[in-house]
Amino acid sequence: MKGILRIGWLRGGIEIKQFARQRESVVFTLLFPVMLLFIFGSVFKDKIAPGVTFSQYFVAGMIASGLVNTGFQQLAITIPMERDFGTLKRLRGTPMSPISYFIGKVIVVTASMLVQVALLLAFGTLLFGLNLPVSAALWLRFLWLVVLGSICSTILGIAFSSVPKSGRGASAVVSPIVIVLQFFSGVFFLFSSLPKWMQDFASFFPLRWLTLGMRSVFLPDNFAAKETGHSWQTNTTVLVLVAWIVVGTIISARTFKWSDR
Amino acid sequence: MSAAIEVKGLRKVYLGKKNGDKIAVDGIDLRVELGEIFAILGPNGAGKTTTVEILEGYRDRDSGEVLVLGVDPGNLQNQDLTWRNRIGIVLQSTEDAADLTVAETVHHFSYYYSNPKDADQVIDAVGLAEKRNAKIRTLSGGQRRRLDVALGIIGSPEILFLDEPTTGFDPEARRAFWELILQLQNEGTTILLTTHYLDEAEALANRVAVINNGRILEISTPGNLGGRNNAKARITWIGDGSREEIFTDEPTEEVKKLAAKFNGEIPELTVTRPTLEEIYLSMINVEAN
Repeated sequence: MKGILRIGWLRGGIEIKQFARQRESVVFTLLFPVMLLFIFGSVFKDKIAPGVTFSQYFVAGMIASGLVNTGFQQLAITIPMERDFGTLKRLRGTPMSPISYFIGKVIVVTASMLVQVALLLAFGTLLFGLNLPVSAALWLRFLWLVVLGSICSTILGIAFSSVPKSGRGASAVVSPIVIVLQFFSGVFFLFSSLPKWMQDFASFFPLRWLTLGMRSVFLPDNFAAKETGHSWQTNTTVLVLVAWIVVGTIISARTFKWSDR
Repeated sequence: MSAAIEVKGLRKVYLGKKNGDKIAVDGIDLRVELGEIFAILGPNGAGKTTTVEILEGYRDRDSGEVLVLGVDPGNLQNQDLTWRNRIGIVLQSTEDAADLTVAETVHHFSYYYSNPKDADQVIDAVGLAEKRNAKIRTLSGGQRRRLDVALGIIGSPEILFLDEPTTGFDPEARRAFWELILQLQNEGTTILLTTHYLDEAEALANRVAVINNGRILEISTPGNLGGRNNAKARITWIGDGSREEIFTDEPTEEVKKLAAKFNGEIPELTVTRPTLEEIYLSMINVEAN
């Protein structure tokens, strides 16, 4: 009907309004990572390499997890709730294109992600000695990591939204997955210090590669030697993210349900 | 002239794991003319919602032919959105978008359609003017239902599907809702309604279909359903201290005789014909035995 893009844009506005008016979602999605940053950053101030503290390492990891929180976690929880409430069924009964619906989701994810990254960067630099990238090349790398990472996270959130049986149970299914991946992917601990099986397991999933990518942006270049692969493995990161985007798109297209029956 | 809705031999079976398969719709034929208000009556589990959801394009059918505005809702392909632009749907229950206001929601939905009604006028028409800036989560059940109706009609639909629209309404709101529906009919909208309320069907519907166990028992006007127009009138009065009753085809004659007998007022006289509800219940009960 009337411009799919325009309706998508309008849906983005509506989605952002709803997001901002739900105190739980604002606190849970945006402030919780900042709180974690504050706690971990304050507790673990040890140097893990010359000129690198664990807080710096942790901030890089939290920025990567931020992409997972605002995309995957947020969508995999809210879409099942919308399915339960009948929101999706009602939308399906209108001439709104499904594409517009997904554009709206991308917009709300992007908006909350920008706020999230800005908060983490601000707190990280002000309180925990995070160094902002100095070169244009590093900023560029940061940019494509954020873009690719959030696309991947959004699509996997949509793909996973068919898994929880009910809206009420969604967060119980989704949150543990995110938390376990955070533990396994080098957010709360040094990735190189984790058991080999944990590293291998995490390497199947995007978060481990996103954290590595963010460290390549925010930590000194010579820290690469301390990573498990002794390099930043940028190519592998891109490959894994793109692969998950493809897989997520196929799963979403096949399994997305507008109502629970 | 083509009909608004044409259904022939519609069948739908839900495959059950524990209790075996359930035949929800077992060969339904019906035809709803353009501009008509058509009501589907039936007990819970009779197949009303399944039938309507197949017509709305939400469910697949197992067999039969269905055309809604000349389009098969089970095979929309690339007509999907143009077809949905022409229909309006009020689902049985929704509790979505709780953090948006009434006005935000109705305005937003109006953008989906190529020929929407004026959002503020629709809000007034469903009686939510005072609540236009209220968050949806603060609305009562009846007010929420009226919002559902507003979202169903915002796109100026050619056919409006209403699935038990007045559940939770107080009597006053129900009357106001009926006015609104009749006004939509005057504007040319075809309306397919399912309801539990017999008075609602009687007040609104040009024709009603009674369905039970997935089959149509009868399609008729509310006045003629179940031979209601030919049913005997029931006359009751108090004679010799107890209530007496007779059934007759000529109530006027009987009343005259009674008046002569009592030589004036007949104590506690009533003359009634079966209500739609009585006819309906007898149809459903015959079916049950």
